[in-house]
Amino acid sequence: MRIAIIDTSAGRAAVISDGLREAGLDDLVIIEPAGPLAAQIEAAAPEVVLINLENPSRDQLEDFFTVSRALAKPIAMFVDQSDAEATGAAIDAGVSAYVVDGLSKQRIKPVVDLAVRRFQAFSRLQRELDEAKGALADRTAIDRAKAILMKRRQIDEPAAYALLRGQAMRTNRRIAEIAEAIITSEELMGDQP
Amino acid sequence: MSRETFRIGFLPLVDAALPILAHELGFAAEAGVEVQPVRDMTWATVRDRLLYGHTDAAHLIAPLAIATALGRDRPPVELAVPFVLGLNGNAVTFSTTLAKEVGLGATLGDPAAIGAALRSIAVARKPARPLRFGVVHRYSSHNYMLRYWLAGVGIRPDEDVEIVVTSPPFAADALAAGEVDGICVGEPWNSIAVDRGVGHIALATAQIWRRGVEKVLAMRTAIADDRRDAVLALIRALHKAAAHFVDPEAAEECAAILARSEYLDAPKDAVLRAITDRIRIVPGGNPLHYPDFMFQYREAANFPWRSQAAWLYSQMTRWDGLSYSPRDAATATDVFRPDLYRAALAGSAAPLPGASSKLEGGLEGPTGAGSVQGRLMLGSDRFFDGRAFDPDDIESYLSELP
Repeated sequence: MRIAIIDTSAGRAAVISDGLREAGLDDLVIIEPAGPLAAQIEAAAPEVVLINLENPSRDQLEDFFTVSRALAKPIAMFVDQSDAEATGAAIDAGVSAYVVDGLSKQRIKPVVDLAVRRFQAFSRLQRELDEAKGALADRTAIDRAKAILMKRRQIDEPAAYALLRGQAMRTNRRIAEIAEAIITSEELMGDQP
Repeated sequence: MSRETFRIGFLPLVDAALPILAHELGFAAEAGVEVQPVRDMTWATVRDRLLYGHTDAAHLIAPLAIATALGRDRPPVELAVPFVLGLNGNAVTFSTTLAKEVGLGATLGDPAAIGAALRSIAVARKPARPLRFGVVHRYSSHNYMLRYWLAGVGIRPDEDVEIVVTSPPFAADALAAGEVDGICVGEPWNSIAVDRGVGHIALATAQIWRRGVEKVLAMRTAIADDRRDAVLALIRALHKAAAHFVDPEAAEECAAILARSEYLDAPKDAVLRAITDRIRIVPGGNPLHYPDFMFQYREAANFPWRSQAAWLYSQMTRWDGLSYSPRDAATATDVFRPDLYRAALAGSAAPLPGASSKLEGGLEGPTGAGSVQGRLMLGSDRFFDGRAFDPDDIESYLSELP
């Protein structure tokens, strides 16, 4: 069963294709988001198409499915009313699936379920990554602020950190915020005595 | 008191204004409901969120609501349209190259004359690389307006030219990249193409059909039934928002709200021009005033005439290559719900039409219309070719079309 993956995020496309491969579904085509959509789909002739819900090409894709005479069978959307729950879960996860008409449901369901799980895992990962990035930015700011304080006040690092921490506690703000303020003021007034 | 909430899906277009303004300016709260706008980038996603309950209602292209109810391309889902969010407000924009070849002027020209010039170019181009036009969706009024005009000037839409789908926010890019030679999209995307120097507005869709139905408020019929009182309150809120939107004094403020990144994320000036019916036709030109370019309130513009749904059904039949079916015509027409509109606005100052259906394209100039409340005048609603549409005789109408 050939599966095409269209995703604005290359990272997520990789996460999904890894999952499908692990499940033994290795006839995969990843559509290049920057390339011509219709030509790529036509060449791939997939039986299942997975696309992220927020992909700006969805209207174009659906139109292509409607008008295409190149594909052997018309592609219908995975919107079986008897399985509204599964479709709802897919939409909640942010994935949309299209399948060749007539493909048996038993064969499609594991693919869609797997895609949904991978999409959810990816969102979780993205969140964690954002948090990690935020933490890293905080660390960098705090280090810079400490260096400024050490230089301007001629104190050592523990003392500089204690100053930052004390100010944060007194003003009920995050240490990183105090650090940002010190960096900004240094940038604007650092040349003043 | 907790207010009922309506999450309303929308695409970044000027005619998503009414739900956004109802939320931002307190018309919803005043009517006792809460509106939460939900922004998306494709109609497919707006529709999917609506069908699976991510949203309670949506700003939708009217033909897509009908196609969904008819089950075109998917299992049918019953939809209700109790309120029209606006008429027209779209334009046909040519690439600057095509504009030069057609000889477009600095003002909006005559649709028949532009069509004739376009036809000879389309015929010449056909053997090598046919002219290609982008519309926002297969089931959009843009597609039907463009096709109505092309067919009316002797250009066969599926044979002489190509019509492809381009999402509104990417239409100017497609024009710039030469992927399409023309686009038919809503504002502010035509103006943005002109401001970027890649497009020249050929026609306002109001020149093709003076009172063409455009976006609607659509919801699942189950929502309209189960939450009827709240839906009626929502209609009152949108009607108030419409009255405010067309007030010239409010234009600046409305444009500023709509331009924001969480709504249209577009230059305020382009939005303001659309709202005030001032259209910049050519790059660097002065905006030109074209009255009723967008039509959001007067003449009971928000009333969901069943004949509008019937006209859209006739075009769907025409271009999907299907034959007329009385049953489908009834299903399509039933999507529009004047009963809900009347129930919501009875006892207010809003004029309420007595009929639910009318001859479309039959009025030459301001004409008094029967009403059950208030005084209703309807302006010219002509099609550019002078044909009129009788919703009770769709078959004859279809047989007479080119």
